Amino acid sequence: MFRRPGDRLLEATSITKAFAGVQALKGVDFAIHAGEVHALVGENGAGKSTLVKIITGALAADSGILKVDGQPVPNNNPSIARSLGIAAIYQQPSLFPHMSVAENIALSLESGGAWRKVDWKARRERAAELLERAGAPDQLTNDPDRLVASLSMPEQQIVEIAKAVGAQARILIMDEPTASLTSLEVERLFQVIEALRAQCVGIIYISHRLDEIFAIADRITVLRDGEAVGTFRKDDVDSTRLMHLMVGRELSAVYPKRTTPLGDVVLEVGGIRVRSGEIVGLAGLVGSGRTELAETIFGLATTDSVEILLRGKPVRISSPQQAIELGIAYVPEDRRQHGVVLELPVAENISLASLGKISRNGLIDGVAEHELAQRYIGRLRIKALNADAEAATLSGGNQQKVALARWLANSPSVLILDEPTQGVDVGSKAEIHQLMADLAERGMAILMISSELPEILGMSDRIAVMHAGVIRGTLTREEATPQKILALALGGA
Amino acid sequence: MQHRREISVALAIVALWIVVALLAPGFFTAENQRDLLMANMPVLIVALGMTLVILTGQIDISVGSQFAVCSVAAGVLAKSGLPLPAVVVAVLLVGAALGASNGALVAYVRIPSIVVTLAAMVALRDGLRWITQGAWVQDLPRGFQWFGWTLPGSEAITVSVAVILFACVGFGLRNLAAGRAVYATGSNEAAARLIGINSRLVTFCVFAVAGALTGCAALLNSVRFNQIPSNAGLGLEMKVIAAVVVGGASITGGRGTVTGTLLGVALLGMIGPALTFLGINAYWEKAIQGAIILAAVSFDAVGSRSRVRRRGRPDGVLRRA
Repeated sequence: MFRRPGDRLLEATSITKAFAGVQALKGVDFAIHAGEVHALVGENGAGKSTLVKIITGALAADSGILKVDGQPVPNNNPSIARSLGIAAIYQQPSLFPHMSVAENIALSLESGGAWRKVDWKARRERAAELLERAGAPDQLTNDPDRLVASLSMPEQQIVEIAKAVGAQARILIMDEPTASLTSLEVERLFQVIEALRAQCVGIIYISHRLDEIFAIADRITVLRDGEAVGTFRKDDVDSTRLMHLMVGRELSAVYPKRTTPLGDVVLEVGGIRVRSGEIVGLAGLVGSGRTELAETIFGLATTDSVEILLRGKPVRISSPQQAIELGIAYVPEDRRQHGVVLELPVAENISLASLGKISRNGLIDGVAEHELAQRYIGRLRIKALNADAEAATLSGGNQQKVALARWLANSPSVLILDEPTQGVDVGSKAEIHQLMADLAERGMAILMISSELPEILGMSDRIAVMHAGVIRGTLTREEATPQKILALALGGA
Repeated sequence: MQHRREISVALAIVALWIVVALLAPGFFTAENQRDLLMANMPVLIVALGMTLVILTGQIDISVGSQFAVCSVAAGVLAKSGLPLPAVVVAVLLVGAALGASNGALVAYVRIPSIVVTLAAMVALRDGLRWITQGAWVQDLPRGFQWFGWTLPGSEAITVSVAVILFACVGFGLRNLAAGRAVYATGSNEAAARLIGINSRLVTFCVFAVAGALTGCAALLNSVRFNQIPSNAGLGLEMKVIAAVVVGGASITGGRGTVTGTLLGVALLGMIGPALTFLGINAYWEKAIQGAIILAAVSFDAVGSRSRVRRRGRPDGVLRRA
């Protein structure tokens, strides 16, 4: 079909989507034209990914109309979306590392039976041609037999783009494509985007980096809490206004933060100081290095450049065992993977980090273990059949409480929480916040990593903001505003 | 239910008993039962070690070859005139060393255990064949057979050792922090590391302990006869792994008990002789063993699938914007 710049390629009207009662999209309107780069911005959880998944057919919308070329697409699914020319490129390329570039491209384009004969020469020629159209450097175009595993991240991205070009993609979705690129590589990617735009491809560009968005986008749509709060031409808006639109809600949730007298500085690392009784929030975008910092403190990653001071004394922590002995506890982000031991009963999960306390002469005292478990099951309102139920039988929120209980039972002096309420329902969330306030009141020093601004603003005494692996600034509770945090998180002053 | 596997294996044993009691009561003569018991004590001891290895999510298929090396070592050392206590210590150390070398490669060099122990299985078996030229160890000193004592006396020793080891491993797994570390490592190594468990050390240790237990089993087996075959323990690894899996241990680690292993050894040990007494062709034995193992593992697969269903979809979908 012949297309001209400005033709309406895709139109989504009043799209809604709910997950388990949580409204992820509340009637979003969105359109993309041929030869346009349309940026989609918003906080984590604003609904960008959900919208993209509905366009690519990975998720089905609850209601709303999706039209491609003016024709409604009632039952979108990934193969229909592909045949309509919709392609997506994610932050992490999805290629087969042990296959050559030509094979990767061929696999996504060729169809036919499992016994068809492979024409290697044609595959190579096709790959070379597509790579060239995708703006690949000569060394890649000339050698499509290289294994994908040997390519750099930007080269892999170009292979993904070549796949999209080969699939006659007319609508290309790029989800955080620059997250792992250097600025020079970003420049190259932009040249490719320009070339695609000239070929009348419509590009949906998702990024947290506002400077890039202003450099490449024609229009910008802001999503907030599942609503499209505005669509602007690039020239009609500036970054301050965008940021305000992204976070502009009132902090409606109630945070039980109490003012407790602060004690001595307990932990000092990379410009962050945590006093006993204090909750320090660590804000920053996904990938800004917050988890890495936490892992360094806990001895999971050894970084020579980071100096850790514990009660004023420099310490070297090279293993979790050492960190635990020094009184540090760490509740990781992905509790399902790193937190609870699914095959063990709840009681044994809770006691796992404090076996010394419930043992006599080196033997685990079953009665003491159950008393300990019952105490925390009650205090955190963990919903389990009984203390002997396997942790695998609990719901996600309750598994997180078990992971938390384990460290509370160990009563550390420093508690590091990575996204403590991620994926937790509203009720449990409030209980966890209450608990954090209790712990701070009793003199624990708490470092809380969170991507949720209301949580950071509501629970923290002070807020440290990280960008590209460095603490860009620290704000007190009084001076912190969403805009200031976001500005620091985006690398500004 | 927590002990459903143990209960179902126990029920299977009882059912087998009833069938055999009705059709071939000759199976229950004291002499036959004693033979059965003595033949399976070494299997049980090796299976205890295998339980530890499987609980940490690993596997050791070289135990049969380790068993052969330890048996021959026991005979050769006894013939060299070493006093019996020294032979015992030396054989246990040989077993522990063989296990430890597997453990070191798995835990610290990070080679998958199936590969490490496959290599060890072949290398030890063929190395032994080359050194002995296939010859059996004969003319054992008088003080070696039956520990230089009487047959009933040495049998009593064997059974007591097995019972004590069974109790120790079971008690340790339940009541010691080290036991918890084994379960935690096998269930979720990343989580175990975060709790401060040195999961590599745990992995290394279970292989070493399994090796020592294999050495112990080889020793107890060797004193029953007046010569030691250089191909001892052929196929032992499969027998032992089967018993542990039938006993309810999850092959992916983190779940299993020594009681289950005991029942697994009992069931699989009984099947063969029982079939003979029932007049069924011995060729069926392996097929029936295979069917039992398949049934046990399917039981696992079905059970864990329903668990996943209950856990439902991950609830963090929304936040990954």
